[in-house]
Amino acid sequence: MLTIELFLEQSLNGLQQGVMLFLMAAGLTLVFGIMHLINLAHGSLYMIGAYVAASVTQASDSFALGILAALAAAGLTGMLLEFSALRRLYNRDHLDQVLATFGMILFFNELVKILWGPQALFLSTPELLSGTLEFIPGAPYPSYRLFIIGAGLVVALLLRHLIIHTRVGMLIRAGATHREMVGALGVNIDQLYTIVFGLGAMLAGLAGALAGPMLAVEVGMGEKILILTFVVIIIGGIGSVRGALVGALLVGMVDTYGRAFLPTIMRELLDPASADTVAASVSSVAIYVLMAVVLIWKPRGLFQAYGS
Amino acid sequence: MKNKKHLLPLFMAGAMALSAGFASSAVQAAEPLKIGMITTLSGGGASLGIDIRDGFMLGLKMKDGQLGGVETQVIEVDDARKVGNAKQIASRMIKQDDVDIVTGIVWSNLAMAVVPSVTRAGKFYISPNAGPSALAGKKCDKNYFNVAWQNDNLHEAAGQYVTDKGLKNVYLMAPNYPAGKDAIAGFKRFYKGDVAGEVYTKLGQVDYAAELANLRAAKPDAVYFFLPGGMGINFVKQYSQAGLSGETPLFGPAFSFDEGILKAVGDAAIGVYNTSQWNKDIDNPANASFVKAFKETYGRNPSLYASQGYDAALLIDSAVRSVGGDLSDDDKFRDALRKAEFDSVRGDFKFGSNQHPVQDIYVRIVHKDGDTVTNKIVSKVFTAHQDAYAAECKL
Repeated sequence: MLTIELFLEQSLNGLQQGVMLFLMAAGLTLVFGIMHLINLAHGSLYMIGAYVAASVTQASDSFALGILAALAAAGLTGMLLEFSALRRLYNRDHLDQVLATFGMILFFNELVKILWGPQALFLSTPELLSGTLEFIPGAPYPSYRLFIIGAGLVVALLLRHLIIHTRVGMLIRAGATHREMVGALGVNIDQLYTIVFGLGAMLAGLAGALAGPMLAVEVGMGEKILILTFVVIIIGGIGSVRGALVGALLVGMVDTYGRAFLPTIMRELLDPASADTVAASVSSVAIYVLMAVVLIWKPRGLFQAYGS
Repeated sequence: MKNKKHLLPLFMAGAMALSAGFASSAVQAAEPLKIGMITTLSGGGASLGIDIRDGFMLGLKMKDGQLGGVETQVIEVDDARKVGNAKQIASRMIKQDDVDIVTGIVWSNLAMAVVPSVTRAGKFYISPNAGPSALAGKKCDKNYFNVAWQNDNLHEAAGQYVTDKGLKNVYLMAPNYPAGKDAIAGFKRFYKGDVAGEVYTKLGQVDYAAELANLRAAKPDAVYFFLPGGMGINFVKQYSQAGLSGETPLFGPAFSFDEGILKAVGDAAIGVYNTSQWNKDIDNPANASFVKAFKETYGRNPSLYASQGYDAALLIDSAVRSVGGDLSDDDKFRDALRKAEFDSVRGDFKFGSNQHPVQDIYVRIVHKDGDTVTNKIVSKVFTAHQDAYAAECKL
C-alpha cells in the first residue's frame, strides 16, 4: 500500500501545508514576540486577504492584481487596527488582549458578512496554474500547490533578508529584546510597532489570498487556521521567525503524515471498523502531541527570539 | 427593506424582556398566530438559516401575511449555531412570547437540544431541516413534525443510485462526528458493492491533500463524500485541482451542492452527482410559482433549504385553515398537520407514522446552464421513500 511515490506526494503535501502555516505564523510570532501582544484577530486579516483577493480577481480577471490588493487591504487594515485600538493594549495583561482581539474577530466576521453577504465567495485557480504536473510517476501534483510552496519559500527568504540585513530588521531584533533602550536611543517605537504589525498583517493577507483558490472563502475561515498557527509559534519559540518556519514545517509534516498513513497502520493492528475511527482521532491530536513533546524537551520552544 | 421588516418582531422580542406591557399593546389583532423561528443567521452556516427564513417568509407573503387566514406574527431570533443560544431562545419563546409553533432550526445537535423542550411544553415543532435519527425513532413525539427529511434519506438514495449504476468499489469520506457516521451508515444501507476506503476527517478540516493522495492511490470506481458547508467547498475545489474529477466520478448529498455553494465552487463542481428531495426543475405548478416568486423577491435561485422553509409555511397554512383558525384543540390541529394537505414544491408529499416525510428522492447532476453552475435532475431514485427509523417510533 505504501509506495515510494505516495510517500513523496504526501511529503509535498506536508511541505505545502507547512508553508501556508508559515505565512500565518511569521506575522503572528513577530507581533507576539516584539509587542508581547496576543492577537486573536490575526485570522481576521487572513479572511480579509481572501475576500479582497476574491473580489478583485473576479472584477479584474487577474489573480496577480487580486494578491496585490489583498496585501494592501490586509496591511492597511492591520496598521489601522494597531493605530486605533491595539496600541492601547500593549501594557495591559494578556487576558485583556485576548478579550479585545476576540471581540475584533466577531466584529470582522459580521463586517465581512454585511459587506459580502453570508454565502461563500468564488475564487478560481488562475488558468496557468490549474493543471497538474506529473513529475512523480502516477501521482500528478496540482501546479497550484507547487506555486504555493514556491511563493512561501520566497517569502521566507525575503523575511530572512529583511530581518538580518536591513535597518528595519535590526530595529525589530533590537526592539524584541531591549525595547526601552531602543526607545531611549531615539527610535520611534510607536512607528516601528505599526510597521511590524502592518508587515504581519500583510503576510496574513497573502496567506488568505493564496488559500482562496483552494479553500472556501467564507466568514470564519480565519479561526480554523488560527489555532494551528498558535501551535506553530509555540513549537517554534515565540518571537522567532526561524522558529515559525521550522515549527510550521514540522506541524505540516506531522499533520499530513498522520492523516495519510495512520489509517493504514491502524488497519494492521485493529479491525477495520475501529481502525478508521481510532486513526481519525489519533491523527487529529497528533500535532498537539508533537507540541507537548517539544514543550517537555524545550519549554520555551525550539528557537529563542533574537538574543534573549 | 425586506430585512428591516423582519427585524421588527426581533426588536419586539427584545423589548418584551424589558417591558411585557409594551409588546402586548403593540399587537392589535385579536389572536394572531405566533410562530417562533429559531435559526442560524450569523457566523458559519448562516446562509442555510437565511435560506430557510427567506423561504418561510415567502410562503407567508404569498398568503398575504396570514397563514390559514389568521394574522401571523413571526418572531425571528438568530441562534448563531450555538446550542446554548437556541435553548435559551426556545425557553423565552415558550414562556414569555407564548408562541403556538416553533420552527427554523438548521442543525441536528441544536434540534436535539431544543425540540424535546418545545414538545414537552405542549407546543408544536415543525422542522424545516434537521432530522436526527433519534427524533424519527425512539424519541419521536406527537407534537414534532419534520417537513424536510430524516438525516439518512439523501445518503440512502446515493447508495441506491451508485449500486444501480453498477459501481462496485466506492471510496467513502465524512467528518468524524455523529452526522458523518450516520451519513456513511445511511449510504451503506443501500449500497451493495465493496468499500475501497472509509475515511473520517476532522470536523472543520480545510485541506484535503493527504486524503486525496490516498484516495487516488486506492483507485476506486467512485467517491461518495458527505462534507457539509465550507468543508465541501474545500474538498470539491481540491478534488478538481488534483485532476481527479475527470477520472473518478464524485457523489454526494445535496447539502454540498446547493445554489450558494455552487456559486463558491464554480466549474470545479460540474459533473458531480448529488441526491435531493427537491430541485428547481421539478415540474409542478406549486414549484414553478415558488421558484419564480423566490427569484423575483430575493434576486437569487432558491436552494433546497429555501424550499423546505417554504413548505413548512405551507404546511402550517393548510393545518390552520383546516381547523378554521382555532388552535385551542391540540388534537384537531395535530390531525390537520398529519394530513399534510398542501401542494408541496416537491410534488407528492405525505407524513409517515413517525410524522417524517414519505417522499420521492432524485439524483441531480451539476451542470452549466449559460453562465450559472446549477443542478438538474437526472432520474428518480426512490419513490415514496420512508426512513429506516419509523418502526421504532411508537405514536
